[in-house]
Amino acid sequence: MMEGLVAIFVVLLARLATGVRAEWRGTGPELRRRIYFANHVSHGDFVLLWAVLPPAIRQTTRPVAAADYWTATPLRRFIAERVFRAVLIARRPAADAPNPIEMMADALAGGASLIIFPEGTRNAGEEKLLPFKSGIYRLASSAPQVECVPVWIDNLNRVLPKGEVVPVPLLCTVTFGEPLTLRAGETKEAFLARARQALLAAAPRANGEGAVGKGGGDGA
Amino acid sequence: MAPEWQVAAIAGGIVAILALASLIGFFLKWWSGWERPSPVVDNLNDRIKAWWVMVALLALAFAAGNWAVVLLFAFASFTALREFMTLTSTRRGDHYALAAIFFIALPVQYALVLADQYGIYAVFIPVYAFLFLPIVAALRGDTGRFMDRVAQTQWGLMICVFCLSHVPALLNLTIPGYEGRNLLLVAFLLVVVQASDVLQYVFGKLFGRHRLAPSLSPSKTWEGLLGGAGAATLLGAAMWWATPFTPLQAGLMAALITAMGFFGGLVMSAIKRDRGVKDWGRMIEGHGGMLDRIDSLVFAAPIFFHLTRYFFSTT
Repeated sequence: MMEGLVAIFVVLLARLATGVRAEWRGTGPELRRRIYFANHVSHGDFVLLWAVLPPAIRQTTRPVAAADYWTATPLRRFIAERVFRAVLIARRPAADAPNPIEMMADALAGGASLIIFPEGTRNAGEEKLLPFKSGIYRLASSAPQVECVPVWIDNLNRVLPKGEVVPVPLLCTVTFGEPLTLRAGETKEAFLARARQALLAAAPRANGEGAVGKGGGDGA
Repeated sequence: MAPEWQVAAIAGGIVAILALASLIGFFLKWWSGWERPSPVVDNLNDRIKAWWVMVALLALAFAAGNWAVVLLFAFASFTALREFMTLTSTRRGDHYALAAIFFIALPVQYALVLADQYGIYAVFIPVYAFLFLPIVAALRGDTGRFMDRVAQTQWGLMICVFCLSHVPALLNLTIPGYEGRNLLLVAFLLVVVQASDVLQYVFGKLFGRHRLAPSLSPSKTWEGLLGGAGAATLLGAAMWWATPFTPLQAGLMAALITAMGFFGGLVMSAIKRDRGVKDWGRMIEGHGGMLDRIDSLVFAAPIFFHLTRYFFSTT
């Protein structure tokens, strides 16, 4: 009950602050297990992606997030664990801690879709997309039948750059690209390169193209 | 005519025209086939529907009074500014400057307009914000493309907030013999600007042959401009009874409003071209973004305000 209200509030807030719009370019919203993998520029990334998913898909989609950040305060812990039912993983797991990939694979096996950020860390530099960590490959190997959907989150780094406190209400878009699955016998390097390419392909090309409409043009 | 009747006449006229447009849209859809998607007709019908919503919002604001009109345009400025700044290439070093234009400059400008402080709101953005914003950006220490970034922020603020705030600022003018009727002046400006846009579109679609500025906008034609501007000028002259102007003055004002609106559309098209987009956003179904709808108003409002103030107002 409480979780549901907080979820609605978070979604409304995210939509209000960023005017976020979903672009289903390479695929449509489908109610089945998927691995959504996105570029990572802010702690708000998965909130935005989650907010544009249709409610039925939201119910079964769990973000994978950094445990150290999301358990640092009681409020964050409540939001991460109860509202988003996040899979909280340690960025540098201790020897006796559960293996992050196994935790994700368990969540997938439990019927959930996942939101992951294969860059592994927030990208604060000039480069468009950092090299991928191998996690997405290992996850795809454990569940090769599950589609990986590239999701480009545009402009959130300008709304709230790393280290800033006040968000600026620029418009964001979330673009869903063409899904891919692990091919039989595909090497780690080949799959990571293909996944990275698919994510870059989902990014709007020109500066701000994400905000383009198909309507008006000139006149009335 | 008493002011109430003038308001009723304008509102009735707009509703009648929209009703007629809806009928024509309905007929065109029937004629082209209900099942068959037709981009032009469907877009036309989307636009007409959006017009009903926009007119209803304006009517509500007019009925509620001056504060609501100021609030409505503050909201329009906010959405326009976020569309504009989304397409600029500001960086992390501009973050405080961006926060300042959204959360300080915009509300302060409209509060000053509401408080009728002409002496400040006429200079607040062109002087105070103009000097303050580059200071804020400089303090962040990022010098890459500095002038470029500062200029873009500046321009967005001028266009989306300063220029647009001159529409509700019309409410502050004191025109002898026109007391208590300033909302009609706002209505005159809005009707002439938007009618000019619509008429240019209609004349262009019906008779357009010769492209006017192909590198800026493929749909602007000489036939559309001359037909639309001419008709809008006549419309403005015919609305003289709602203004402090004589019929000739009203026609001249309408011609000027129309010309500024046309060139405003061209300038904003040039920016869209440069940024590689067709529309500023998607907020208004069929029209594109807020800025797509108000680009001509933004350019016409300050000129109309200052000419009216200089020649007719005592404040």
